[in-house]
Amino acid sequence: MRLTCPLCGERDLREFTYRGAALTRPEGETWGDDWHDYIHLRDNPAGENREYWAHSTGCAAVLLVTRDTRTHEVLGSALAKGGGA
Amino acid sequence: MRLSTGGQIDRSRPLDFSFDGVTYSGYHGDTLASALMANGLKVVGRSFKYHRPRGIFSAGSEEPNALVTLGAGARAEPNVRATMQELFAGLEARSQNRWPSLDWDVMEVNDLVADFLGAGFYYKTFMWPKAFWEKLYEPVIRRAAGLGALSGQADPDANEKAFAHCDLLVIGAGPAGLMAALQAGEAGVDVILCDEDRTPGGSLLSSTEDVDGMAAPDWATEAVARLAAMPNVRIMTRTTVTGVYDGGTYGALERVGRHLQHRPGPLPVDCFWRIVAKRAVLAAGALERPVAFQDNDRPGVMLSSAVRAYVNRYAVAPGSSVTVFGNNDDAHRTARDLLAAGVHVAGLIDARHEATTDLDLPFYPGAVVSRVTGRMGLETVSLRTHKGEVKLQSDCLSVSGGWNPSLHLTCHLNGRPVWDEGIASFLPAPEGMPGLIPAGGAAGLFPTWEALESGRAAAARALEEMGQTVPHQKVPEAEGAPYKVKALWHVPGKGRAWLDLANDVTVKDVRGAAAENFRSVEHMKRYTTQGMAPDQGKTSNLSAMAVLGDATGRDVAQTGITTYRPPYVPVPIAAMGAGGKGRGFAPERLTTSHGRSLAMNAPMIEAGLWYRPSYFPRTGEKTWRQSCDREVGMVRQAVGIADVSTLGKIDIQGRDAGAFLDFVYANTFSTLKEGRVRYGLMLREDGHVMDDGTTARLGPQHYLMTTTTAAAGEVMGHLEFAAQVLRPDWDVRLISVTEQWAQFAVAGPQSRALLEDVLGRDLGGDVLPFMGWIPVTIGGVEGRLFRISFSGELAYELAVPARYGESLFTQLVKQAEARGGGAYGMEALNVLRIEKGLLTHAELHGRTTAFDLGLERMMSRKKAFIGQAGASRPGLLAEDRERLVGLRPVGAVQMIPAGAFLFTEGEEAVRENAQGYVTSTAFSPTLGHTVALGFLKSGPDRIGERIRMVDHLRGVVTLCEVCEPCFLDPEGERPRA
Repeated sequence: MRLTCPLCGERDLREFTYRGAALTRPEGETWGDDWHDYIHLRDNPAGENREYWAHSTGCAAVLLVTRDTRTHEVLGSALAKGGGA
Repeated sequence: MRLSTGGQIDRSRPLDFSFDGVTYSGYHGDTLASALMANGLKVVGRSFKYHRPRGIFSAGSEEPNALVTLGAGARAEPNVRATMQELFAGLEARSQNRWPSLDWDVMEVNDLVADFLGAGFYYKTFMWPKAFWEKLYEPVIRRAAGLGALSGQADPDANEKAFAHCDLLVIGAGPAGLMAALQAGEAGVDVILCDEDRTPGGSLLSSTEDVDGMAAPDWATEAVARLAAMPNVRIMTRTTVTGVYDGGTYGALERVGRHLQHRPGPLPVDCFWRIVAKRAVLAAGALERPVAFQDNDRPGVMLSSAVRAYVNRYAVAPGSSVTVFGNNDDAHRTARDLLAAGVHVAGLIDARHEATTDLDLPFYPGAVVSRVTGRMGLETVSLRTHKGEVKLQSDCLSVSGGWNPSLHLTCHLNGRPVWDEGIASFLPAPEGMPGLIPAGGAAGLFPTWEALESGRAAAARALEEMGQTVPHQKVPEAEGAPYKVKALWHVPGKGRAWLDLANDVTVKDVRGAAAENFRSVEHMKRYTTQGMAPDQGKTSNLSAMAVLGDATGRDVAQTGITTYRPPYVPVPIAAMGAGGKGRGFAPERLTTSHGRSLAMNAPMIEAGLWYRPSYFPRTGEKTWRQSCDREVGMVRQAVGIADVSTLGKIDIQGRDAGAFLDFVYANTFSTLKEGRVRYGLMLREDGHVMDDGTTARLGPQHYLMTTTTAAAGEVMGHLEFAAQVLRPDWDVRLISVTEQWAQFAVAGPQSRALLEDVLGRDLGGDVLPFMGWIPVTIGGVEGRLFRISFSGELAYELAVPARYGESLFTQLVKQAEARGGGAYGMEALNVLRIEKGLLTHAELHGRTTAFDLGLERMMSRKKAFIGQAGASRPGLLAEDRERLVGLRPVGAVQMIPAGAFLFTEGEEAVRENAQGYVTSTAFSPTLGHTVALGFLKSGPDRIGERIRMVDHLRGVVTLCEVCEPCFLDPEGERPRA
């Protein structure tokens, strides 16, 4: 699999570390269902999935990648810091 | 028998080689298989299960029978396909799976009781008693079955792995592949052309057809010469593309040195390539399939295409009287070529009633071969014709059951092949193989002209998809007669008819699987092991599916086909993991004091990728404990020096750096004053402790964080995620400076005096209080001096840029030795911290919380931080959780091994009763007894209780007293002195 880092270009999978599904952190200080969802529950879609990949042996940028879980087709990647835009 | 003329062998270069200890001769250009055949050898191996004598069946990588062991000693290589092994002078090969010899194999007794050994026999027979499986059944079965054996010695040969990038990868250099490469090469894009043969050309090399008015092999030679002249085309021979992976990544195995008698210098035997291509043309050709009939595994029965390859390319007659059997025109081609080469053809049998021939030979249209005889080599061939049985004397039978496109690679990304009635085989899926375009035989286009044209068209399509212009490319004149076949999988009759020669699977086995309701192809495959040998059923899969379909009342299309997965051919692990043995297994991270430590005879211990000194032995010390105890004493009474550079160091800067630290640490850092250092506790989002360490404030917007050695990488990734994803709007920047700074602990009552000497300045009073830092200058080099302690003593850590590390370490050790101290290693460091109850990842093992560690007060209530909500879960704050305690033995000196479990006195030492466990343990030379840290249910409430420690593994039982997790200076007066 290959991912395109907006800073470094297209690179081999082995330069990246998977950082999980792209979820919105609840931010609340007390435990609740939102935190339970965020930490423990995943949708596991058959199709498009938004997820974070860190270019850990490259520039250290965290990318927001859209990937089709059925085909591993990468539909898009952008810097997470820019809100994925 | 070698033909007197023809072939692409070099008769001026004879080569001697040996097989089972006997010396034979062949020519340069031979494979081991063609050379064995030229020397008249019929039997080259014994079958997997029944030990039946077997001969050469094919001329390529699909070979199921002719597997040999090459070389001797540590270099012995089992299961080498004789059909792929190029002959070289001095080649040593041995047959496999026979004892005592190939001609006389005692295990052939299996064949006599074959009725009892059908598929499923082992599953049903060796089920009980259960205990017999591991000790008796499995070892016996393994010895009886199986192929070649490994040498059991380390591989002495070099292997390599390599990477390549191109615009178009062309897989296979037959007619389709050569045309694809020519088309793309002339368009100017980067092309890699791979072929598993030593010479590009594929089927053209064994063909007597004309291409563009010249002999097919000559046209191939000319095409290759044109490609070789193009700087943008790379031709890789002896290279099999083994797998297709996401994003246009392909695996390929190049056999670099396997054809050489002596490999010059470091030339590897194999090289495993990862090739990244924008597009690929699959021109892998097609594999011929046999027809199953009674005893069709006898030596001398071989594929029709193989017969042509041996006759035309290697100038070897596979028999003195050859019978040719087929259900398609290919059989006629073989008969014609045999006659042209002067080989006697006993008969041509075509299963099609309507077939005709112009050839001058006995012709049997509408007939089938029903059985053959000849245990050690074919003797007779029996035909079933419309007039009745006919028996032919023959020592070779050429069989052609039709062609199966080599579409294996199209399945690696989940493409599902589709059945085509016209070719009675499967075609590549129309989708599910992004960027991979099949052409030629692999696309079911078998006639030479169609292959050439489809290769050109595939490359043209790839060029268009890449936005390139497509230059005009003329397709040469070539034979274009359409391929006609009548499906024939199995000739019914008595006896056993073989489908999978490599794993000894018969028609009866597949029917048996169906009868036992293993009706799915995937179930049948696993029940019978069909297709699970090293050849992966390349010549047997489709026939087995057809027989299964027949037995279950379905056609082949409905029965389907098993999923092809990488690799297409066996890939040695040594090639895939090339460079990964010995010191190549993992990177080595060395501290700046490494050389000095080795010079002081310190044994090294691995800490992640780092190497750290265990202890520094002195004259007269015989055990590590003696050295360790002395080093602990040095620190407690004088001064010790330890390299602590392996701790992760992260430089954090930015307007929001303080807020960021508040967010990632459970405790507060924004209030930390410049020049001060604070201990921090970092949680995971689920509320468990991730890491701990100290962070110093270097400036208004500048901090230096330290992490544990073990978690440095994990923490760095965590902080990057927090900064970029969770707090993207904050102004904060991180960089690891672990390698940039060498840092040494100077610990012990004399540490201050030592440093005052080294630095030439006063460090007393308020100059540098405990948990503070100051910039210092040593010999003109700017460094940092931190007053922190991981030993419980008055202690400092002195950091300098890494290039000065070795020099500073040498100087500090010399100074320490002059004061009755010296260097100390990891063993002493561990004892010192356990005596003080300081934590490492033995305690921060991922399942402990701040509450468990007695650090719950560190979790700030005044600000938000990662892990705050998670840590507030009631279950993580329950009083009866396993919580940190100290343990010391009651009575005489006894062991408290780490990993041991704790039990309430009087309760049975079983899992259900476990009260906790020991995490860290050491003999304390300071206190004269063992000290340990561990986790105990409601631990802090049980201080003073007696608890029973049981180590089931080592058989140790020790009665312990539960105490506070700090054995020395509980008020912490020493580091503040």
